[in-house]
Amino acid sequence: MSVLRGDQQRSAWRPGFWVGFLTCVGALVLAVPALNFWVPPNSLAALPDYLVPLLGKYLCYALLALSLDLVWGYAGILSLGHGAFFALGGYCMGMYLMRQIGTRGVYGNPLLPDFMVFLNWKELPWFWWGFDHFVYAAVMVVLVPGVLALVFGWLAFRSRVTGVYLSIITQAMTYALMLAFFRNDMGFGGNNGMTDYKDIFGWDVHRPSTRLGLYTASVFALGFGFLLCRYITASKLGRVLQALRDAESRVRFLGYSVTNAKLFVFTLSAVLAGIAGALYVPQVGIINPSEFSPGNSIEIAIWVSVGGRGTLVGAIVGAILVNAAKTWLTGAAPETWLFVLGALFILTTLVFPHGIVGLLRRPRLIPARASAPVPAGEQA
Amino acid sequence: MKTAKPLTDSLLYLNGVTVSFDGFKALNELSLIVEEGELRTIIGPNGAGKTTMMDVVTGKTRPDSGEVFFRGTADLSRLEEAEIANLGIGRKFQRPTVFESLTVFENLELALADSRGTWRTLVAQLTPDRRDRIAAILARIGLAENGGQPAGSLSHGQKQWLEIGMLLIHDRSLLLLDEPVAGMTDRETEETAELILELARDRTIVVVEHDMAFVRSLGARVTVLHEGAVLAEGSIDHVQNHPRVIEVYLGR
Repeated sequence: MSVLRGDQQRSAWRPGFWVGFLTCVGALVLAVPALNFWVPPNSLAALPDYLVPLLGKYLCYALLALSLDLVWGYAGILSLGHGAFFALGGYCMGMYLMRQIGTRGVYGNPLLPDFMVFLNWKELPWFWWGFDHFVYAAVMVVLVPGVLALVFGWLAFRSRVTGVYLSIITQAMTYALMLAFFRNDMGFGGNNGMTDYKDIFGWDVHRPSTRLGLYTASVFALGFGFLLCRYITASKLGRVLQALRDAESRVRFLGYSVTNAKLFVFTLSAVLAGIAGALYVPQVGIINPSEFSPGNSIEIAIWVSVGGRGTLVGAIVGAILVNAAKTWLTGAAPETWLFVLGALFILTTLVFPHGIVGLLRRPRLIPARASAPVPAGEQA
Repeated sequence: MKTAKPLTDSLLYLNGVTVSFDGFKALNELSLIVEEGELRTIIGPNGAGKTTMMDVVTGKTRPDSGEVFFRGTADLSRLEEAEIANLGIGRKFQRPTVFESLTVFENLELALADSRGTWRTLVAQLTPDRRDRIAAILARIGLAENGGQPAGSLSHGQKQWLEIGMLLIHDRSLLLLDEPVAGMTDRETEETAELILELARDRTIVVVEHDMAFVRSLGARVTVLHEGAVLAEGSIDHVQNHPRVIEVYLGR
């Protein structure tokens, strides 16, 4: 029935989806520990220890890409500042990990992290208060990016800043934060950032079992983020978001608050990016201001477009494949990487605009877009 | 003005409305009254202020001066577009603007009279009676077979009809139709005129149009705009024989 096909809510949660989803999560959760832990280290199938945090890092990037796809692929908000939300979540986690070091730092100060002792600070700044408790740090991982996105989004969406102008101010936001975090007197470790973590929940961050635990947490975070994004995009709100991407003012004349809808997904997306950053930091072992660099945020958009934007799955696939390629190529032929990245972006724009997922899907399933999506009604 | 007592009994009341863009007065002290249940056509040469008038009523453009009231109490010059839409004022744009990447069915689903809150839309479920209502409207606008098709793939005339369907499904009390038959074939124009007459039985409609044959077929009261103000008002015959109208518009 043609009418029934219009219902996304039903088809999004059909049994076939759950089978595929649980298979993927199960494979990621079971296969990696099995190959890493129980297969003898000298066998061909064994997964070396160093690969576990690398895979975990890819999953964090996948969650970050997913958060961008929610706002860009569905609501048409091309944020080029999502790296900032990721980095802020990462800094919150980094502060918790710094406080866990305790007296084991180079200077052995029980209260102050090494960089503060080095800068002759006498006491812990007020904004470091509470970060020795994991629960407090976890709340901050959600709150800091969330509140920044809420305030920034409210100012931008209320003033109807859209399209390329919004992209530019998000770039400015992440650039400004980068400059701020580079300063030593900000109290976040300046240029060097925070590193030399010892343990998390009392477990040594370098131990293989801790790394497997962090990897598993990343799988669950990504799985949860995916289900949440799928729920939103399959709901009626998801249709409102797609509608405002096509013709924003028309949505207003239907009586929907465009500002609230955008603010909701933008804030939620920033929170997901923050969680991704928080899981990323203990696995890579460092957070520094270069995570705020404008180029990082642009790279996220490339992952999403390579995978296929507006598909959710595409963001995950794109993030993992592009980063795996980056790991391999920056080892094999480092000077070519930026050319390859640029070429990928041009190719996805010109040759396969629906990304990898679009290439795999049968052509008729891709919504036929009538020529260029001119925001109709904006000019009328 | 925040008085609770209605200023006027008219459904739509514009008094001395002026809108200027860089010194050009798109509306110049425009006064216009539309009564409840009326079907009104508005004609005028390009730049007469027809679309600007609709922009003012729907909150897209703020007037520089003048009063705009709906049902005598709601001051439209102070409300947001979404608030005005929720008062029961619907608008069809000059260029058909449907949501191209959504299906025809989903376009109508968004237009359904239903809660508009962000949180409510997140948890909204499509109940069987709403599904039936959408199916009924699809049949009414001749798109029963196209429900699952992306709206972007419809023909121009079909998009116009889908847009009218989106106004129909919401049961608005005032519809503003900006050139509803632009780009339609003669056959489609005739069908649209029938549809509008049928709709006009239980709601107020304001139609802006260039096509004189179409205006005549609606047989409604006509307002002629010129340079942002009302030039003449009355039946189509009265207006067509009005010397000033012939001079500025029909005579050219």
